[in-house]
Amino acid sequence: MKVFGKEVPMSAAIGMLLVAVIAMASLCASLIAPHGETETVGDVWMMPGAGHWLGTDSIGRDMFSRLLYGGRTTLGLALAITLISFSLGIVTGFAAAVLGRKVDQVLSRIVDTLMAMPVLIFALMILSVLGTSMPVLIGTIAILDSTRVFRLARLVAQGIAVQEYVEAARLRGEGLAWIIRREILPNAVPPLLAEFGMRFGFTILFVAGLSFLGLGIQPPYADWGGMVRDNAQVINFGGIAPLVPAAAIALLTIGINLIVDWLLSVRAVGQAGVIA
Amino acid sequence: MNPVLRICALRVEAPNAQVLVDNVDITLAQGEVLGLIGESGAGKSTIGLAALGYARGRCRITGGEVWLAGENILGATPKRQRALRATKVAYVAQSAAAAFNPALTIGEQVCEGPVRHGLMGRDEARTWARELFASLDLPDPDTFGRRYPHQVSGGQLQRAMVAMAMSCKPEILVLDEPTTALDVTTQIEVLVVLRRIVREFGAAALYITHDLAVVAQVADRIMVLRGGRMVEEGSTDAVLNAPRDDYTRRLVAERSAADTLRASPAHAAEPLLSIEGLNAGYHGKAIVRNIALQLARGETLALVGESGSGKSTVARAIVGLIEQQSGTLRFDGKPLPHRLTERSRELKRRIQLVYQSPDVALNPMHSVGEIIGRPVEFYFGIHKDKIRERVLELLCLTELPETLIDQKPAELSGGQKQRVCIARALAAQPDLMICDEVTSALDPLVADGILSLLESLQKRIGLSYLFITHDLGTVRRIAQRVAVMLRGEIIAQGATADVFNAPSHAYIKRLLSSVPELRIGWLDENLLQSERPAESNTLTGELKYAAQQ
Amino acid sequence: MKRLVLQRVLAGVLTLWLVSVLIFVGTELLPGDVASAILGQSATPETVAALRASLGLDHPALQRYGLWLLHFLHGDLGTSLTNGRPVSEDLLPRLYNTLFLAGYAALVAVPLSVLVGIASAIWQDSLFDRAASVLSLASVSMPEFFVGYVLLLLLAVKFPVLPSLAAVSPDMAFSERLYATTLPTLTLLFVVAAHMLRTTRASVLAVMGSAYTETAILKGLPKSWIVVRHALPNALAPIINAVSFNLAYLIVGVIMVEVVFVYPGVGQLMVDAVSKRDLPVVQACGMLFATAYVGLNTVSDVLAVWANPRLRHAR
Repeated sequence: MKVFGKEVPMSAAIGMLLVAVIAMASLCASLIAPHGETETVGDVWMMPGAGHWLGTDSIGRDMFSRLLYGGRTTLGLALAITLISFSLGIVTGFAAAVLGRKVDQVLSRIVDTLMAMPVLIFALMILSVLGTSMPVLIGTIAILDSTRVFRLARLVAQGIAVQEYVEAARLRGEGLAWIIRREILPNAVPPLLAEFGMRFGFTILFVAGLSFLGLGIQPPYADWGGMVRDNAQVINFGGIAPLVPAAAIALLTIGINLIVDWLLSVRAVGQAGVIA
Repeated sequence: MNPVLRICALRVEAPNAQVLVDNVDITLAQGEVLGLIGESGAGKSTIGLAALGYARGRCRITGGEVWLAGENILGATPKRQRALRATKVAYVAQSAAAAFNPALTIGEQVCEGPVRHGLMGRDEARTWARELFASLDLPDPDTFGRRYPHQVSGGQLQRAMVAMAMSCKPEILVLDEPTTALDVTTQIEVLVVLRRIVREFGAAALYITHDLAVVAQVADRIMVLRGGRMVEEGSTDAVLNAPRDDYTRRLVAERSAADTLRASPAHAAEPLLSIEGLNAGYHGKAIVRNIALQLARGETLALVGESGSGKSTVARAIVGLIEQQSGTLRFDGKPLPHRLTERSRELKRRIQLVYQSPDVALNPMHSVGEIIGRPVEFYFGIHKDKIRERVLELLCLTELPETLIDQKPAELSGGQKQRVCIARALAAQPDLMICDEVTSALDPLVADGILSLLESLQKRIGLSYLFITHDLGTVRRIAQRVAVMLRGEIIAQGATADVFNAPSHAYIKRLLSSVPELRIGWLDENLLQSERPAESNTLTGELKYAAQQ
Repeated sequence: MKRLVLQRVLAGVLTLWLVSVLIFVGTELLPGDVASAILGQSATPETVAALRASLGLDHPALQRYGLWLLHFLHGDLGTSLTNGRPVSEDLLPRLYNTLFLAGYAALVAVPLSVLVGIASAIWQDSLFDRAASVLSLASVSMPEFFVGYVLLLLLAVKFPVLPSLAAVSPDMAFSERLYATTLPTLTLLFVVAAHMLRTTRASVLAVMGSAYTETAILKGLPKSWIVVRHALPNALAPIINAVSFNLAYLIVGVIMVEVVFVYPGVGQLMVDAVSKRDLPVVQACGMLFATAYVGLNTVSDVLAVWANPRLRHAR
């Protein structure tokens, strides 16, 4: 099937649909949501019904509205983090690839050390010391995640930098900025695009996971992970309340992964495959 | 007598419905060698693989029949196809390094065929493998099989691949460019051994190559292919000495030209580039030592050597890309700084480098106009409107159509891309152009076109070339003077005629004698003259099975 | 080859040491006064000073690090700030629980995902392959708590087959323990196995597309033989890589799963400690997880060297 004039397999199209719907809905949360974020509208843990399409939560708030607002928070946070980590990772990765061996050694050592532990463990430790405020969350996750982007950006830039057309530019006497901007960057976009998708997906899962552990975004703000945590108890009685936000997370991430899989297969882009 | 292989009206298509092979007929008699000649994309490999009933990737054999051993392999069941492969018809690939499994020993892979096909027991297969290794002149035939592919040299691995193909004693061999990937001196050794084996076994063979001179030494008949179709077919003698088709004539003419000196003699002029005592290397290791070169204005100096001789390193040292180099470099009478960063923009402009592979030398995201226009803008600061004019001029100079200016490299052919590379170099209006194996990756006729272009540019503008190549034919064609390199040193330098007609060094003699000439019987003459081991009859009587079929 | 193995092991040890430095820096040297952060509301200058003294925060950083490392290597993991007991007392039984859970999951996940991954690659684009691809993609996209709660709902509430709370005690019988931990293991399995499957499949596909596979086809060898004798030996190294790389997910996933099922393991302990700012506990748990992670990676590096024919039989 065709999307914007390009041939796209069914799976990727479904992925795009999922992401688009969820993103749009979250963006327009304040317009679409029937109730307020913190407004109590009924009994606790009501099953889906007339006034509340997805039921109510642990203190009677409308799940659907909370879902929409939560989406805005979760997505907004994840996007901010991914943008920061991506920028940081690209700048350092490219620097390591083009500024010579010494810079590369230093940066790579630092990154290797930061990557010696899983992100979650590291994040937990830092959060235990610095607290769970928004800037700390964003900063911690962004810096830790940028190491993965660094690896890929460095690999991609190195792969391009050894191509003869880059050397031809060097021989001409072109400046570094020009070479990066006009020779390397245009060829680096496809693999980096796929990587952006992967990091975004991972960050959403991660942020939601932290909130689920009680260490992320604090109440009363709705965010999907926190909503799961708040409503967890009702599962023992057959209620589905925690599954609603969890399913939203899952659907969004599935959509992103479908798109990323397609991007990766299309151009045989660098499968450095740095996951988590 | 019944032909051992009969291909009728073969048709093969690519996944995008492009026709790779169109209506080709081949007949092969017992013990006969048919040479399949053509440029890249002619469909020769595809035909070779079709003889085994196989099509690579997602390509499909959509028409025709392939008869061997009384069966049409294309119509057979997969089980029957498997039974026929290796036992009746075997394939020898171009690159042995890729064809061998790195996780298994050579012996295991050679013995696998006969054992799995139920032709021999394990021990019998091993003994047979040892005999094959011996007859292929491989070192230590008794223990050779125990080594892994990455532990032996390229030439040895190629011969091991022949052993693997012969292991099931097939009637038909498909040899797909078996010597193309090898060095010139290694090529000749493998060629000798191949020819001996084919004759001793009485096997019929399809010899696929793009080199007419090579095929002249081994083939009884030649078929010329172009664009998937047969262009001409006949006995080797007829095709080479009395070609009927125009395309064939051009191929023959181009190849025989490589055997004769054509470059006009040098005229004395002040040296443009002068190198003395150059040592260059990386990480403390010297790759080239004590290099001394002189290149005069308007002259072409060829730098010849096999892989690993250091010729590319010399080129890179001249443009200033080597970290560690010492010695004296002088350009146009003034000293030339060793490092690129120490050179002025003017100096960078006057020495230009053209690369071997245009696929990686051109940025795939830039248009032809942008690629050629950048040096114009960069060196001369010309206004945007004038740049396009200049680019069109350069396209015209390199005999490229104007419409190419907005296209991207992926849309161009190999020859066109290389001309764009030359145009890019010309845009700087250099004095010296260093051509690093610029025709090695191109088909012979296309390469010929490039060489003609370079010659005409030299006559018109007075360009000087340092031409790096491993191909002696190219040297004879284009270079007035030549320097020969061996293991990082220059062992001979002078006018091409002098160096080639009166070789001073044993290596040069060997090099010259390793390049086949377009003459039937050259190989036999060569073997008689040289110190090479003559075709020895190391096969026992049991192995000659020719007559029993 | 021995030299390469030794290199890898040494690199692992070095990394572990660096990690310990990182952990120490991360918890004790970050800006913001640790003592007042711990005391929170009840922080007065005197109490802060007292806490600082008791925590030894007045000493120079290098000395503190040295002492800390020394104690750690001797098994003294410090004292918990929340209940005053030595950390090792609480940690050890929980360590066993976590290892049990992780081991149980790994033992099932590894063979399952490798076999299915190989099968998917061999029968590429078949119904089996497509189904496996869809399922695994969905699995890696789902957070552990989603899988956990769905499984809980289905297998413990709607159709009560397994217990919802993974309550284990030190004196339980082995089979009882298996029964109690099946649900969390299943959850863990889902995500980890899916990752392993995808990477295994990709590795095997890459190997099956290589030139020597084509040569084997042209030799008329049957497909099963080609897969077993030609493809798998070369796929071994990337598969080992895939498995150990993804076993790292196990470490992270176990934390989530323990919280979902209220399982008394190290993960649960660490999360609680983080929210209570109990630094010694956080440090100890962090070191534990990091050691497991670095250890896994080192083993994987060593195995990868062994499995690579070019490195095993050098020139």
